[in-house]
Amino acid sequence: MSKDVLVVKDLNMHYETLSGNVSAVKNVSFSVKEGESFGLVGESGCGKTSVAMSLLQLQADNAKISSGSISLDGIEMVGMPESELRKVRWDGISIVFQGAMNAWNPVVKVGEQIREAIREHYPNNTKIENTEKIESLFKMVGLDSSIMNRFPHELSGGMKQRAVIALALSCDPKVVIADEPTTALDVVIQDQILKEIKKVQELLGLSLIYISHDIAVIAEMTDQMAVMYAGSIVEIGPTEQVFSNPKHAYTRLLLESTPSVVGEKKKLRSLEGEPPSLIDEDAGCSFSPRCPDPSDNCKSGNSEMGLIEVANGHFADKCCVECG
Amino acid sequence: MKKNVIEVKNLEKYFEVSGGFFSRKKATVKAVDDISFEIPFGESLGLVGQSGCGKTTTARALCLLDPKTGGEVNFYNNETSTMQSIDELEGEELKKFRRNIQMIFQDPYESLNPRWTIKDIILEPLNIHNIGDLDEREEAVAEILQTVGLTPPENYMPRYPHELSGGQRQRVSIARTLIMKPKFVVCDEPTSMLDVSIRISIMDLMLNLAKDLEVSYLYITHDLAVARYMCNRIAVMFNGKIVEIAETEELLNNPVHPYTKRLISSIPVPDPSYDRKVYDINFDELDSLIDKHGSDSPMIDIGNEHYIATHDVKGLI
Repeated sequence: MSKDVLVVKDLNMHYETLSGNVSAVKNVSFSVKEGESFGLVGESGCGKTSVAMSLLQLQADNAKISSGSISLDGIEMVGMPESELRKVRWDGISIVFQGAMNAWNPVVKVGEQIREAIREHYPNNTKIENTEKIESLFKMVGLDSSIMNRFPHELSGGMKQRAVIALALSCDPKVVIADEPTTALDVVIQDQILKEIKKVQELLGLSLIYISHDIAVIAEMTDQMAVMYAGSIVEIGPTEQVFSNPKHAYTRLLLESTPSVVGEKKKLRSLEGEPPSLIDEDAGCSFSPRCPDPSDNCKSGNSEMGLIEVANGHFADKCCVECG
Repeated sequence: MKKNVIEVKNLEKYFEVSGGFFSRKKATVKAVDDISFEIPFGESLGLVGQSGCGKTTTARALCLLDPKTGGEVNFYNNETSTMQSIDELEGEELKKFRRNIQMIFQDPYESLNPRWTIKDIILEPLNIHNIGDLDEREEAVAEILQTVGLTPPENYMPRYPHELSGGQRQRVSIARTLIMKPKFVVCDEPTSMLDVSIRISIMDLMLNLAKDLEVSYLYITHDLAVARYMCNRIAVMFNGKIVEIAETEELLNNPVHPYTKRLISSIPVPDPSYDRKVYDINFDELDSLIDKHGSDSPMIDIGNEHYIATHDVKGLI
């Protein structure tokens, strides 16, 4: 049994705004094992990216982690001083950002930007060593080594995204977060990038945290997955389990609202209503206003929250499991 | 015999580009090169393909937003009950034609004027075409807002686009399009900017409206799964040409052209136990093959109204 590389426990994070505190991450716990890929899925604004930013301790200035712990290889990241964090970022945990288009400095050559990251972490490397490293990274993600000397505007969207992946891998991290790496891309390019990520992950034995709103991509890319709604994880477990036996009403709706090109053509269900405001919430189930079939307990706001185990390693929100 | 709302024959749209700052030589980009299709009343055709294959250029040429450079587009004329070429339209007739053909744009954040209220935005087409008096127009706006699910309409009319969510904005776009009671609507990826959960409700709304108002759609998307949900037939486009066109389920179950197969094989399937087939082709090779045959390769029918382009693709299969 491989060991846990990243353990997140009861993480709570909120943004301080003029109209009140926005609880973006509520009691989130999960762990990622060595070489495993973990998916985080949910609609816009459910807190996926807030979780990713907390993992790197890159959250915005008005974000406060009120409680909880994030431990990477046994080292606590919450409350770590900035000078220490600089060493952990990229070396221990790195991220492939959402918009490849905007992730590069437009006036610096792509190769130089990767070199900058390597130089920061391995100051004793020679220039030739670094060049070789970048060449091997580019080869791994399917780019020609001549791309090193190009500026970002000379690359296509797919090439930029590949280069961003190379950048994320430049300091041999243990954990890589991929935050919607293919959202802005065409289907065929998306397919190529997904295959590339999978190949690299297996080759290097990386732990991958894959964030997406597309449940079809999560199905293909991950071993374990968590469904987020309004800042909380409402269901978590092995991907195959969650897909074959979804317990939470929200997970079921997500699955029923995703069109597919294989199998019978089926009527899709839409999710009515809007996600709740995360400022000054009421107690009880945050999904109940949109739930197609809420119980009396849910409606009155008396339902008890918290994950309970429904099968081996498969957890879902208590209130929904009891609804049936 | 089905009546067609629009027939497109050998449509071409070429762009001239200069060959560089000092050179006078002009090159031609064949953005849309010899494509033909027709859409019967009440049916929708999906136009799928990669970014840059000419989907949007086709749409703009059909809506007369950009003049086509060749080919024929015939549109059903209500008054004479015959097909009429859009080249013949002038003055009043052209204005009438524009009522019948409308477009929904991709980005609901950029296609609505931020300084106008929702009421002004939806009123604009009525004002331009001078339909009804002021009271009637306002009534029409309230009615159409209700049809697209923005109720009560009084709440939405005085608002500005920035006060609405992405899904609500796209509903406003649809309302603005449908207030002209068009027969044919071109939809350019109307749901690609929306969240998964909202996407289905917008698609369902469009399907219901198609049924109730007898609208035909040309639905442009790069996602075959979405096209499957929305369209009766699908046309696959590659580098300015339609390479395969068939009834939706027929196309997905029996794809013939290598590009169609590649496209289908690249759609992620929401089922972890499903093993997606790997199907890779060399796009440059396909491109040169298609180029070599030029525009004199007609589409052939292989049965079940399933048409494929006849250029030689044996080397790629």
